[in-house]
Formats: sequence, C-alpha cells, structure tokens
Amino acid sequence: MEFAASFALVMPELVLIAAGLTLLLVAAWGGDKAARLIAIAAVAAFFAAGFLLVPGLHFGVDGPATLAFGGLIKVDSFALFAKALIYLAAIGALMIAPAFFDGPSAGTERGMRAEYPVLILFAAVGMSIMVSANDFMSLYLGLELNSLSAYVLAAILRRDPRSGEAGLKYFVLGALASGILLYGMSLLYGFTGGTSFTAVRAGLTGEMGYGALFGVIFVLSGLAFKISAVPFHMWTPDVYEGAPTPVTAFFATAPKVAAVALTARVVFEVFGGQVAAWQQIVMFMALASIIFGALGAIGQENLKRLLAYSSINNIGFILLGLAVANADGASAMLVYLFIYVAMSLGSFVALLMLRGEDGALFETFADIRGLSVTQPAIAWALLLFMFSLAGIPPLLGFYSKFVVFQATIEAGLVAFGAIAIAASVIGAFYYIKFVKVMFFDEPAGVATGKSGAAHWVLLGLTALIVSPLGYLLTPSLTDLADKAAASLFLTV
Amino acid sequence: MEGLPILSLMMLAPLAGAAACLFAGATAARWIALGATLVTFVLGVVLWSNYQIGGPQWQFTERAELFAGFSYALGIDGIALMLIMLSVFLMPVCILASWESVQKRVGEYMAAFLFMEVLMIGTFAAQDLFLFYVFFEAGLIPMYLIIGVWGGDNRIYASYKFFLYTLFGSVLMLIAMFWMVAEAGTSDIPTLMQYSFPTSAQTWLWLAFFASFAVKVPMWPLHTWLPDAHVQAPTAGSVILAGVLLKLGGYGFIRFSLPMFPEASAQFAWLVFALSMIAVVYTSLVALVQTDMKKLIAYSSVAHMAIVTVGLFAFNVQGLEGAMIVMLSHGLVSGALFLCVGVIYDRLHTREIARYGGLAINMPYYALFFLLFTMASIGLPGTSGFVGEFLSLAGIYQTSSLVALICTTGIILGAAYMLYLYRRVAFGGQVNADAAAMRDISAREWVMMAPIAAAVMWMGVYPESFLAPMRADIAVLDARLAAAAPAGDAKLAPGAPRAAAANAMPHHEGSETSSAKEGAH
Repeated sequence: MEFAASFALVMPELVLIAAGLTLLLVAAWGGDKAARLIAIAAVAAFFAAGFLLVPGLHFGVDGPATLAFGGLIKVDSFALFAKALIYLAAIGALMIAPAFFDGPSAGTERGMRAEYPVLILFAAVGMSIMVSANDFMSLYLGLELNSLSAYVLAAILRRDPRSGEAGLKYFVLGALASGILLYGMSLLYGFTGGTSFTAVRAGLTGEMGYGALFGVIFVLSGLAFKISAVPFHMWTPDVYEGAPTPVTAFFATAPKVAAVALTARVVFEVFGGQVAAWQQIVMFMALASIIFGALGAIGQENLKRLLAYSSINNIGFILLGLAVANADGASAMLVYLFIYVAMSLGSFVALLMLRGEDGALFETFADIRGLSVTQPAIAWALLLFMFSLAGIPPLLGFYSKFVVFQATIEAGLVAFGAIAIAASVIGAFYYIKFVKVMFFDEPAGVATGKSGAAHWVLLGLTALIVSPLGYLLTPSLTDLADKAAASLFLTV
Repeated sequence: MEGLPILSLMMLAPLAGAAACLFAGATAARWIALGATLVTFVLGVVLWSNYQIGGPQWQFTERAELFAGFSYALGIDGIALMLIMLSVFLMPVCILASWESVQKRVGEYMAAFLFMEVLMIGTFAAQDLFLFYVFFEAGLIPMYLIIGVWGGDNRIYASYKFFLYTLFGSVLMLIAMFWMVAEAGTSDIPTLMQYSFPTSAQTWLWLAFFASFAVKVPMWPLHTWLPDAHVQAPTAGSVILAGVLLKLGGYGFIRFSLPMFPEASAQFAWLVFALSMIAVVYTSLVALVQTDMKKLIAYSSVAHMAIVTVGLFAFNVQGLEGAMIVMLSHGLVSGALFLCVGVIYDRLHTREIARYGGLAINMPYYALFFLLFTMASIGLPGTSGFVGEFLSLAGIYQTSSLVALICTTGIILGAAYMLYLYRRVAFGGQVNADAAAMRDISAREWVMMAPIAAAVMWMGVYPESFLAPMRADIAVLDARLAAAAPAGDAKLAPGAPRAAAANAMPHHEGSETSSAKEGAH
C-alpha cells in the first residue's frame, strides 16, 4: 500500500519514463522518419506530466505526505515548481528543434534524429529526480541520468566537429564534476553516517569538523559546476557554442533550473543548520559569477558564446537569492528562475529564426547588423529580451532582479547587494551592444525569417511574458514561489 | 470629473498612439503622433483646470493592486502638475520639429517619442516608490534608441555613455529604495515623505539618491554625458532631453532627497553648493568657447540646472519656488533654443556657428524668436528666466552670500555666451552665401515657436499662474525642512515696521490722503 502511494507521488515521472521507453522503441523501428511524430508525442507526454503537477502546485503540498520510497524522494511544492519549469523548458526545446535540424546549419545529416526527443525525455526524468531528491543516492541517480542524456544531446550532430567537441568537453568536465560531488558525498557519509538528507543534517549539528566541512565544500563545488557558477564556469561558453542551438537553448534553461533547485535543496535541507559554513561560499560564487559573466561577455563576437556568459551572469543573480538564506530569498530565486527561463528561451528562439541567404543560422554580431530593417519583428523581440536580461524596467527582467535584491536588502546584506547591483551595470554594456548592432548599424545582408508557426508562437509567448504585460503575472507567480519556498523551509 | 482616471488616460493616449505608430506608414505615423500628443495636451489642460488650488495635497489619486511587490498608485500635487504640463506642452512641439527632419523609420521614431511621453507622465505622477523607479528608469530605452538610431555621426558613443551613466546612477538608488521600504514598511511616497529615517541612515540613503539625480540633473562633474547626448540627438530628442529629462533630477531632489532625508540634505548642502558653484562658472566658461551651437546650449543647460540645485538646497520658500520656476523656464527656453538650432540645421545641415552669420537680414522672424529665447535664457526681466533666477538667487542669498555671489556671475557669463552666440549667428555681415540664401521660418515652425514664446512671456510677466498651484506644496516642504535647515549667514533681522510709507511727504495741512490718516488719531 505504501508503494502505491509512492508511485502516485511520482506519477509525472512515470508518465515520462513510460513515454520515453515507448518512444525509444518507436524510434528503433520507425527510424528518423518517425522523428517528428516522436517529438509531438514527447510534447504531449510533457503536457500530461505537467498537468499532473497542477493540483499540488495550486494547493501547496509539504510535510511527511510528500515522502516517497522510504524518504528517497520528496515531492513537495518546491519540487513541483521546479518540475513545472523544467517541463515547460523541455517543451520549448522540442518545439524549436525540427526546423533547425532540417536546415543547412545541421550539417550533412539533415533532419531531426529520432533519439532527440527521447533523450530530452530522459534528461527531464533525471532532472525531476534531482529536484525531488531527499537522499544523496537519489540525487546522484537523477544527476547522472540527466548528465548522460545531456552529453549525447550536445554531440547529436555526429559529423559536425564542433558538436562532437562540445559533447566531449561536456562529458570530460562533467565527469570530473560528478567525481568531485561524489567525493564530497562520501566525505559527508563518512562523517555523518548517513546518505539521507535528514541523517546528514542531523550529523552536521554543532561544531563541524574539517572533514565534514570539506564534504560541504566538495558537494558545493560539484553543484557549482552543474549550474556553471564561477569559478566552475569555463566549460559553458565552449559547450554552448558547439552544441546545436536547440540543444543550447535546452541547456540554458531546464538543467539550470534543476541544478539550481537541487543546490537550493542541498544547502537549505542538508546544510541548513550550518548556514555560516556555506553562505560565504555562495556569496562569493554569486558575486564572481555576476562580475566574470559580465566581463567575459564583453569581447565576444559569437552570439551563442555571449548568451553563455549571460547565463553565467544570471546564475550569479540567482545565487544572490540563495545567499540570502531565508524563505524570501528562495522565493525570489524561484521567481527569477521562471523569468530567466522565459528570457533565455525567447532569445534562443529568436536566434534560431534568423537565417542568412544560404539558410545558415546567424551566429555572430556581424550577421545581425541592421536586423531591425530586415527583420523588424524578430529584432524588436530580441530588443525586449536584451533589455529584459539587462534588468531595465518596464520589462519583466527588472522584476526578477527586483525580487532578488529586495530579499538581499531585507536580510540586511546591504553592502553585498550594492556591489552586486553595481556590477550588473557592466552586464548592461553587452546587452545594449546587442541592441546597438541590430538597430543602429547598417544592414549587413539579407536575412530570411521564414520560420514555422512553432517558432512564432514560442517567440510571441515569451516576448509577451517579458513585456510589461508580464507584470500582471507577478501576483500569482509570487504566490506559487512563496508556497514552494515555504515547503523548502519546513525542515529548517 | 470625479472618478475619471485622468492620469491613466493621459498615459493611455500616447501609449495607444505609440502602438499605432509602430504599424503605420510614415505620413500616417506623423499625424497619429501629433494627434495623440495633442489629445494628451488637451487632457493636461483639463487636468490643470480641475486642479484645486488649496485643495488636498494629493489630487487625482488612483490606486490598483496589479503587481506583487508594489502597487499602481498615481496622484499629483502642484509640483508634479506643473512638470506634467511642461511635458505635455513640449511633446506636440517635438513631433512638429521632427516632421520633416526625420525621414527614416518614422513610425518607430514617433513610437519612441510617444512611449517617452507615457514614461514622463508616469514618473511625475507615480505615488509608489517602485512604480516611480520603473517609469524613471524605463526612459532609458526610448532615449537610447532615439539617440542611437536617429542621432548624428558619433551617436553610438553618445548613446552608450548616456545609457551606462544614468543606469549606474539609478541602480544605487534602487538599493536605497529597498532599504527604505524595508525600514518604513511601505512604498507609498506620501507616507515616506513624512517618515523620519534615522539620521545615520539618511546619510547613505541621500548619497544613493544623489548618485542617481546628480547624473540626471546633471551636476558637475557627472555632466559629461549631456553635451555628447545633446549634440548627437536629433533636434526633438534634444528638446525632450533638455526640456523634461533633466527635470527628473530636480524633481527627484524635491520629491525624495529633501522631504525624505532633511537632515542629510542639510548635512550635504555644502557638497551641492560646491558642485553647483563650480558648474556655474566652469560650464559657462566652456560654453563661451564652443563652436558647435548645440554643445553651447548643452553647457548652458548644466549652468542653469546648477542654479536649480542651489535654489533647492537653500532650504527656504524663495529658493524652492525659484528652483521650480527655473526648471519650468529652462524646460521651455532651452527646448526652444534647440528648436532654433534645429531650424537652421535643417536648412544648412551644420551646427557650426561660423557657418552662419547675418541671419537677421534674410530670416527676420527667426531672428526675432531666437532673440527672445536668448534673452529669456540670460534672464531678462519680463521673461521666465528672470523670475526663476531671481527667486532662486534671492533664496540662496539668505543661506550663503558667497554661493549667491558666485552663482550670480553665472548670469553675467550667461549673458556673455548667449549674446556672443547671437551676434555671430544673427548679426554681422552675411559672410556665407548659402546661409544668406536660407528662407525664413515656415508656418510649421511658427506653430512650434509661437506657443513657447507666449508661455515664456506669460511666465515672465505673470508667474503667479504657475506659482499658485505649487505654493501649498512648497510651504509643506518648507515646513518639513524647517527643523533641519542650516543657519544662513544672512542674519535677517526684521526691523520695526515704519510708521509711514518711505516716500510719504512731510505733514502738510490740506493734503488729502495724509489728513485723512492723521484725522483718525
């Protein structure tokens, strides 16, 4: 009976796993011709899984009733919020993929491979387990399921050397990070005698020894790699540049959400009794990410690399909410994540819609010169995303910075917040460069914007969220995020 | 008028116009923009005529809880009313000024201007601290585009400088706002204006707000973005920049820095005075040697805004009223001067002073308007400039004679550079054949200049119309500042009132008036 209750709790994951396995068989027999059908089925599966999250999200769930499989999994409001975001981002990544793989940018192998939607499904399952992990074992399981799918996704254009390079780099460095994380976990296990979050937390009370402290540091370093926070960010630009653009869009959104949510859960639920031990680390990572993410982006000519640095920069602001170490900060972080997903997804969709005369995707600043004349709709949408990423009101990106900084100041970290916000001005420099190139420079050549309805729908939707109208969403968004954050702090 | 959300309507009209302009052709966009700004202006007139002088401090209030974290709260007092009137008055003029000179991407240009108008009205009308910030900061986007897309040769540098300077100033203010809201528990501006923050915290808060407003005003040495932005912006962009955007800084001081942190304002008055004195003298001297007309007027703006800041920090009614009138007057006059430059720039496509000369011969009406605005900029009695500068300097004289002395030299230097400019452009021989061949102002240009000229004269001759709505609000502000006001060096000692008028004649039998008075004894 208890097993049945557990299965009921993980129903969304079960839907996704069932869909993934079935579609894998379809892919094996149907081949790449069935790819589009598989993608549609995968989107449907995500919608079904997402639909299952709605009641829990709406009413808020926490407490012992959310524990499944003897405490390995915890499906509280926080996990539900993160899952909803992950599924939305995954749907986006699936919607934009077919058109890309049909174009000449995909290299010699035209057409979407049938494995692509399946891998996204498995990655999403892994991420779902990550965000609802309540034990270091389930955490690692989810993380690896996600990472292994992601390595393959990065290298999915087998004949494109850049894609292969991205996959290999991601794999080698990802494996290293997993190793560091695993080492930290083993240290914690050794010093506390348990792998479940509650056991480790109980073992970490009082004066913390060096061994346990090293465990905390190693675990945080491993997680920092996954969220690409400075100083563990160096892989991000290379992987983002090399991976096929839809995959990059996926990497910039869903796994980020999962890794950030996981980090939040670990620091609050496991290290929640030892705030002093990790707060400085997170503060350092936040400031360093904001500053290096901004400085690194300044010299970039490649748009995907630039967006990679932008994501590092944004992770810094998200970590700012984490560093506050209270429920307000966690709620602000979740609001930021939602807005960040919309902004990143929108930017990547816009990039995917821009093709030159030969049909190749635009990749550098030189390509998008004068875009406001040749492709006004896309240029205006990109303008919204860039100003939003820079945090300029009245766009919704301002609201994300607003909540994070408000939480920081209310917690009394005034100097920290002041430095971070001053550093955010550096970031504004390259976002407005984007606008400058599109609007102030003379057009470079013909840009064809012939894109499918899926792209336009996604672009319109994200632009609408980011536009000032998005502020009307903020009351319900804040409400959901507050519930999610509250469930996270139930144990503290 | 009860219940009609007129402030929201005033923002909705240009917003709808902006949306329509984006999709309209060039000619249609011009007419839509003109129509939208005129509708807004008419609404502004309705607003002013329904404003009750001596009524409640905050009128036309609206409130809706649309967002999490802050509310959509609007409302105006007399100060905001006057600045809103300035904005809506200048806006149709700006559209007319760009009628022919802007030929590329007209729809987007007009949309940017109309969006700018929405934000300006919103900034002055916002009653929620964060709503104010949203409007205040959002102005960066349209202005960045206006300078960058339709500006001159060096527009990219200017637009970057404008954007990053102002952004850096504002973000620190945002941090201070978070702190204030956390401390006071509300983001309602009228409540915060009465809230007493701890004196030690005021210092930091004041500095954070100062960082933002000093860039916007701009105060020396943070003014360097202004000449660049002005020179590169299209004519109408300069008008809006000088006419309204610079006023946001002054408005910020009068709405936030002074009433919310009175002690810190008194503590830092010396800083404001020092920077203003340097600005008045230094930028006036710089203006004297400019060869570019727009740059000259831009530097003169910095000098005039310094008169505003000394007036604000004089901590008395004259100073505050003077500062407000200088702001309104400078908005009109510098806007008009930029229009004057734009008129001849459209004909000859150069702003270099030496390329003109003797325009009074072939463009007499133009020379007349230009002369009027030049005189108003100098502060000739009868024009708006005189009223403002006189009140402002009279106010500061009570606080510090030295500051008054040095700032008054600004008037002399102002006369020097403005008259020198006028002499070189309008008088003298017609040295350049192409300049001599220019035709006088067209009907469209008449329509642009004449209303501003009328307003300048009105404000100069009968400033009461403009002072009356603000009087009660300035009195409230003065009362709030009274406790913190620094001791002035004027030591005004009221003497015993004279028994008779100073010009009364010695007593004579049979003198009608005096006999009537004396007879009462």
